[in-house]
Amino acid sequence: MEQSEIAARLIAHLGEDKVLASGEHSDQHWVTVAPGDLRSALQFMTEDADVSVDMLTDLGGVDYLDYGDDRPWRFEVAYQLSSLAKNHRFRVKVAVTDEETEVPSVWDLFGVANWMEREVFDLYGIGFTDHPNLRRILCHDDFVGYALRKDYPINKRQKLTRPIESLLTDKPEWA
Amino acid sequence: MGSDLPPIPTERLVVNIGPSHPVTHGTLRIQVELDGETITRSACEIGYLHRGFEKQAESVFYEHVIPYAERLNYMGPCHNSNAWCHAVEQLMDIEVPARGQALRVITSEMSRIIDHCVCIGTNLVDLGGLTNFWYLYNYREKIYDLFEELTGARMMVNYPRIGGVSMDIPEGWDKKLRGVMADMEGVLADVMGLVERNRIFVDRTTGVCAIDQKTALSHGMTGPCLRATGIAYDVRHAQPYWGYDTYDWEVPVRSNGDTYDRVLLRFDEMEQSRRLVLQALDGLPEGPFILDDPKITLPPKDLVYNTMEGLIRHFKLVMHGVSPDRGEVYSATEGGNGELGFYIVSDGSPKAWRVRIRPPCFANYSAFPKMVNGSMIADLVAGLGSVNVIAGELDR
Repeated sequence: MEQSEIAARLIAHLGEDKVLASGEHSDQHWVTVAPGDLRSALQFMTEDADVSVDMLTDLGGVDYLDYGDDRPWRFEVAYQLSSLAKNHRFRVKVAVTDEETEVPSVWDLFGVANWMEREVFDLYGIGFTDHPNLRRILCHDDFVGYALRKDYPINKRQKLTRPIESLLTDKPEWA
Repeated sequence: MGSDLPPIPTERLVVNIGPSHPVTHGTLRIQVELDGETITRSACEIGYLHRGFEKQAESVFYEHVIPYAERLNYMGPCHNSNAWCHAVEQLMDIEVPARGQALRVITSEMSRIIDHCVCIGTNLVDLGGLTNFWYLYNYREKIYDLFEELTGARMMVNYPRIGGVSMDIPEGWDKKLRGVMADMEGVLADVMGLVERNRIFVDRTTGVCAIDQKTALSHGMTGPCLRATGIAYDVRHAQPYWGYDTYDWEVPVRSNGDTYDRVLLRFDEMEQSRRLVLQALDGLPEGPFILDDPKITLPPKDLVYNTMEGLIRHFKLVMHGVSPDRGEVYSATEGGNGELGFYIVSDGSPKAWRVRIRPPCFANYSAFPKMVNGSMIADLVAGLGSVNVIAGELDR
């Protein structure tokens, strides 16, 4: 299925008023939705027989601070979806207005989202509601600030001076 | 009779494996909870090799990321830089000349072969089979020699450029490469002969750290780990680039998803890579190996030294870099461990606004606790090597 058709289907499913933005570059299409509509969008993508997304390939944040366009939100989280069965890809993006806005976790839909959402939280400080184990993954626990935000200086280093805690918790981290 | 006996009081024991444990082949930390010898719970910690790659890539020109990219999966370096250049080319909607594409196929497949040599070799060392390691590392040296002759460097070769590759193959190089590819058959036969039906190896790996298709898909597994579960998905085949669809090759697949299949599948892949290299050499097109576009590629050196226009072009590009239009792209290629993706957002300047790397290891490794729970420490050792977690791309 062509990405333009997938975009049209997703927009028809969500309703035009729910789509904050959509676009195309190098034959790749995307649709941007609000955090509240993310799960409905991803569920549609996995359940629709023609789209039939079966893998969340990637999930990553972007900070648009001073990007120089008129988008009213600061962050985006991009979900790269693949359908191995139908051999196509599509990108759904979530607009995250500010540092306080949270995105619903999709770890129950895609197991890999558990770690990838932790990474977005670690590097951008974007929270994910209902995430079972939302803590830093690449940086250490004493790290202050969020390294991939545009206002974090590239040469700022932070030391870890205390021992690392045990990893095993009672949370259903791997459920 | 046994049920009449009172249960033996046991205490759960928490054991740390890593971050500097020989089996991790890098810096990973796994904490396991043991009941007797059985792993009841486990958790992984990553980030020990986090170097801020993505932040760094946002702070330098697009072409300066090429050598950094090779430090992702340092077991098969040249593929990563090829993939990075491919992503920038997709962002800019440009096509590499046919000879450049074929040379990328050759260097990428050579990278895949050395990646698999290391993975299989070290995995077998973990299981106590040192001989295979020498056979495979010996062979890997020959490919490094070829890289050295082609690029001047053995490991971090910095070979591709945006728009093609940096230099053509030297005189007589293709003949040597054919010779090395011909040697592979003997090496694979030697190593396969030692492991394929080896009682110890089969017992230690069959059914060990197995994963089913559903969990593998849910965890975004790609590459040999996914193909070992019976899903024949390969980006080279599904969404061909660099003309992979013009070659005659197969996507090897196995069905049990266990350590045995993951190791053996890599042998099959090396064989397919050999086929690809030989075909690419046979059909190596004549013509330029890099685009000639003043805004993208450096001019030939004789123009730089002898003409004013050439010097200006060189100067402009070195000082101001390649500037793709505003936009974003997700580019996927098949690395040694699976789908290597680059998500690039451009703001029209010579530095990327955002570079997100989708490392295959990250997704593969995220399912690892599910793979080891219920098995023993020795199984964990066998399984971890077969997943081939490369800390460089895992932590970036």
